[in-house]
Amino acid sequence: MAKEWFRLTAHEIRDAVLGGAVSAEEVTRSFLSRIEQVDSKVCAYVDVWRDAAISRAREIDARIRKEGFRGALAGVPISIKDVLCTKQGYTTCCSKILRGYRSPFDATVVERLWEAGAIFLGKTNMDEFAMGSSTENSAVQLTRNPWNLDYVPGGSSGGSAASVAADEAACSLGSDTGGSIRQPAACCGCVGLKPTYGRVSRYGLVAFASSLDQIGPFTKDVEDCALMLGTIAGRDPRDSTSVDLPVPDYCQALNKDIKGLRVGMPREYFTEALGGEVREKIEEAIRSLEKLGAEVVEVRLPHTEYAIAVYYIICTAEASANLARFDGVRYGYRSPRATDMRQMYHLSRSEGFGPEVRRRIILGTYVLSSGYYDAYYLKAQKVRSLIRQDFVKAFEMCDVIVTPTSPTPAFRIGEKTDDPLQMYLSDIYTISVNLAAIPGLSMPCGFTKGGLPVGLQLLGKHFDEMTLLRVADAYEKNRGFDIGHPPIN
Amino acid sequence: MDYEAVIGLEVHVELNTNSKMFCGCSTTFHAPPNTCVCPVCLGMPGVLPAINRKAVEYGIAVGLVLNCTISKWSKMDRKNYFYPDLAKNYQISQYDLPLAYGGWLDVEVDGRTKRIGITRAHLEEDTARNTHTLGGGDSGVDFNRSGVPLLEIVTEPDIRSAQEAYAYLTLLKQILSYLGVSDCNMEEGSLRAEANVSVRRVGDPKLGVKTEIKNVASFSGTYKAIEYEIARQISVLSRGESVVQETRGWDPDRGITVSQRSKESAHDYRYFPEPDLVPIAVNDEWVEKIRASLPELPRARKQRFVTQYSLSEYDAGVLTTTRAMAEYFEETVRAGAPPKPAANWIMGDLQALLTESKQEISSCRIAPSDLAEMIILIEKGTISGKIAKDLLPEMFATGSPPDKLIKEKNLVQLSDISELESIAREVIAANPGPAADYRAGKTKALGFLVGQLMKATQGRANPKLANELLIKELNKIS
Ligand SMILES: [Zn+2]
Repeated sequence: MAKEWFRLTAHEIRDAVLGGAVSAEEVTRSFLSRIEQVDSKVCAYVDVWRDAAISRAREIDARIRKEGFRGALAGVPISIKDVLCTKQGYTTCCSKILRGYRSPFDATVVERLWEAGAIFLGKTNMDEFAMGSSTENSAVQLTRNPWNLDYVPGGSSGGSAASVAADEAACSLGSDTGGSIRQPAACCGCVGLKPTYGRVSRYGLVAFASSLDQIGPFTKDVEDCALMLGTIAGRDPRDSTSVDLPVPDYCQALNKDIKGLRVGMPREYFTEALGGEVREKIEEAIRSLEKLGAEVVEVRLPHTEYAIAVYYIICTAEASANLARFDGVRYGYRSPRATDMRQMYHLSRSEGFGPEVRRRIILGTYVLSSGYYDAYYLKAQKVRSLIRQDFVKAFEMCDVIVTPTSPTPAFRIGEKTDDPLQMYLSDIYTISVNLAAIPGLSMPCGFTKGGLPVGLQLLGKHFDEMTLLRVADAYEKNRGFDIGHPPIN
Repeated sequence: MDYEAVIGLEVHVELNTNSKMFCGCSTTFHAPPNTCVCPVCLGMPGVLPAINRKAVEYGIAVGLVLNCTISKWSKMDRKNYFYPDLAKNYQISQYDLPLAYGGWLDVEVDGRTKRIGITRAHLEEDTARNTHTLGGGDSGVDFNRSGVPLLEIVTEPDIRSAQEAYAYLTLLKQILSYLGVSDCNMEEGSLRAEANVSVRRVGDPKLGVKTEIKNVASFSGTYKAIEYEIARQISVLSRGESVVQETRGWDPDRGITVSQRSKESAHDYRYFPEPDLVPIAVNDEWVEKIRASLPELPRARKQRFVTQYSLSEYDAGVLTTTRAMAEYFEETVRAGAPPKPAANWIMGDLQALLTESKQEISSCRIAPSDLAEMIILIEKGTISGKIAKDLLPEMFATGSPPDKLIKEKNLVQLSDISELESIAREVIAANPGPAADYRAGKTKALGFLVGQLMKATQGRANPKLANELLIKELNKIS
C-alpha cells in the first residue's frame, strides 16, 4: 500500500521532498486521491486543479533536480479559499454573481507561496463573500465538518479548515474579517492564524471589509503556521496598508520555553455565560500553560460588550461600497431580464447576491446614509478606538491573552440558519481582535464528549506574532493529547 | 430694483502625470478605447489603489500658488454612486480633509484688482467615458480615462459678474499651464468648469437660491452661460417667482441654460474614509522642496521682462501669455539676439506662421538659437530685413539653420561697393526719366530707383548702401 503522504504536515513533506525520500508528484497524487476519496462527503473544494497540480509538481521535481531548488514549501500541496484571486481556475467568492469569473492576476500571497514551491490543489468553499460563520451561505454547496458530517465546519473559511482537517491539503489560505479563519480552525481542530492587520498584503483578496480583512494560514501544527506566515508576510507596494516592517524568521519562535511569560485572562470573556465543555477545556489549557512556567493574570477589556455592534456597523458599511462593483457592467452576472440600465443594476444584484450578502449591503448603506452617519458609522469608529485602547492597556499587564475561540463547538447544519443574530454571536471572541487589528491564533485544546474539537485562542500585541507562535508551540508540545485524524475514510 | 450676482466656480483639472492616480496605467489621451487599463482602474475584484505621489506633489504646487494652506494630514474618501462610467461604483475623492484650503487669487478686471477666495483644492480620480454611438441601442464605456488624477479647485462665492468669472478662469488656466501640471485642454476635457450662480438684491446679506451650471465646453461658453443665468434669475425674481435649486446645462446652440436635475433627486453620496489608503502626510520639508521648485509665474515674469529687457508692458504681457513663449523669447535673447527685435519677430512673423499652421510654439521647428542667429545676421548687415522675412518661413518649414538656407539660396546681402556702383550706374542709365526728375529736385524719384536696384539684385542689395551709392552716382553726373 502506498504511503499516506496526505497525513503529513507541510514541513515533513517539504523535508521528504527536498531530501529525496519522495517526489512532489507522488505527494501530490497522494493528496489528489485522498480528495477523490473523501471530498464527496466533506465537500471542502469547489474546484480541484488536478492536472495543473500534477504538472506543477513535476516542474518542482525538475527544478529540485536541475537547479537545486530549495523552496520553503517545495512540493507542499495547498488549498486556497475562493476569495483569493488566482489566474488558475475561477475566483467566485462562492457567489452566483461571480460564477465563471476568471481573475487576470494572482493575489500577492498566492505569488509568494508559488515562489516558495507550493503546489495548489484548488479552491475551497466559503460563505458567500466571506459573510457567515458556518459556510452555509455558500451559493455552491454545503461543507461538512470532517469530525462529524452532520455539523458545520464553521466559517466563513469552512472549506479551507475542512480541507486541512480531512487531510485533503497540507495547509490552506483563508481570510479573517471577524473570525473567519480562527472560528472554522476551532471547529475543525486545526491551527488558524489571523496576522496583525498590515502584516500580510491584501492585494488579490476580494474585499469584504477593508479595514478588518486579513489573510492567514490553516495548518496542522504550529510549526507549519510559522512556516506559512514567514512565506506570505511582508510589505507589498500594491497594498498601501501593508506595513514596511522586517519579517522575522518565525521558526525561531519554536522550541522555546515560556517561563515567566504573563498570560492574560480577560474578565469580560470568562463570565457566567461561558459554560460547559468549552470553559472546561480552556481552563485545562491555561493550567497547562501555568505548568510550563507561565504566570496567569486577570486583565480587563471594558468595552467588550460593544464589539459586536461596532463590528456590524463598520464591516457592513465597508462591504456596501466594496461590493458595489458587482453590477453586471464589466464582468460577472448580468440579469437576462434587464431591459434598461436601472434594471441591470437592480436585477443583477438582487438575483446575483444571496440573502445574507443583501442583508449586509442594505445595513451598510443605511449606516452611511446622510443623517445616520454620525450616529452609526462615526460613533462606531470612536468605540473601535476605545476597543483598541483596551487591548493596548491589557498588554501592559501581560504578553499574550488567552480566550476561547468560540463560545460553543461546531453546531449542527441548519441549526442557526434562521437566526442571523445567534449566528453573529458565535463570533463574539474573535471580532474584537479584528477591530483592534492585533494578531490572533486558534489551536485545538481538546474535544467535547461528542468528539468535536474545541479551540483555544491566543492574542498578541501588534506585530508580535513571534510570542503567539512561541506560546502556541510550547502548549502544542505539552498539551498531553494528540489531535489525531478525523474518523473519515 | 437692483440685483447683484453671487458666483462660485468649481474647476476640475486633469493632472498630466505619466501614470494614473492609483495604478500604473498611462494617461495618454488619444489611445484606442480600453487600451490604457488594468485590473485596478477597471475595478476588478481583489484590487487595491496605490496613490500616485506625483499627483500629490502637483496638487501641493497648485495649492501653494493659490496661496492655500497645505494640509499636513489629509485623507481620501469614498464617494458612492452607481453609474457605468464609475468602475468601482465609488469614486475615490477627498471629503472633509482636502489637500489644500483657504487660499486666494488676484485677478485683473477692467484695470482693477479683484481678490477671489479659494475654498479648497482636493484630489480625486476621473471617471471613464460613456459612448452612446455604437448603434443598436447599446452603450459602450472607455476606461482609458478611469482613474486619471483630477484636482478640483473650488472658489468662495466672491465672483460678482461673468467678466470676473472669465478673468479668473483665464488666469487660473494660465497659472496651471505655467506650473506644467495640466494640459488644460478644454476640448479633451482636461479642464472643466462648473459655476454656481445666484442673485440677490444689492445690500441683502442673505444669499439667493443658486443653480449649478454644468457641461460648458469653453470659457467663453461659461461667460455666456453665467450672463444668461443671471438675467434669467433676475427676471424670475422680478416676476415675483422663486428660483429653483437645480443643475442646469448650457445649450450653446440656443444660447440658454436648461434644467437637468432638481435637488430632490440629488444623490446621497454616503462619503466615508477610504480604508484601502493610509492618510496623506505632508511635512514642511516636502512643501518647501515643492515651493523651491515652483516656476516664475506670469505676473512676475512680465514685470521682469519690462525691467530686464526694457520691453513695453504690452510686449511683456504678450510674451508671457504662455510659459513656452516666454521661455522661447528668453532662449532667443540668451543666444545673442537683442531683446526688442527678438520680441518683434516672435510676436509678429513667427506668431503669424504659428497661427496659420495651428501650431504651438512648443512644437515650433525653428530653434530659438536659429532665430537669434537670423536676427544677428540682420544686425550685422549680412542679410536684409526683407530677405529675413522670406527666410523665416523657410526656416519654419524646414527647421534648417539660417546660414545653411542663406548659402543654399544665395541670399547674402550685396555690400560690395564696386559691384553696387556699377549696378547703380546701369539702373540710372536704364531709367533716364526718373533720374532727370531726381536731379530736377523731385527727391521722391529716388525711391523708384532704389526699388529698381533691389529688383536687379533680387532684393539682396544692402538697402542703406544702395541708397547712398545711387545718390552719389546721380549727383556725380550733374
Ligand atoms: Zn490602471
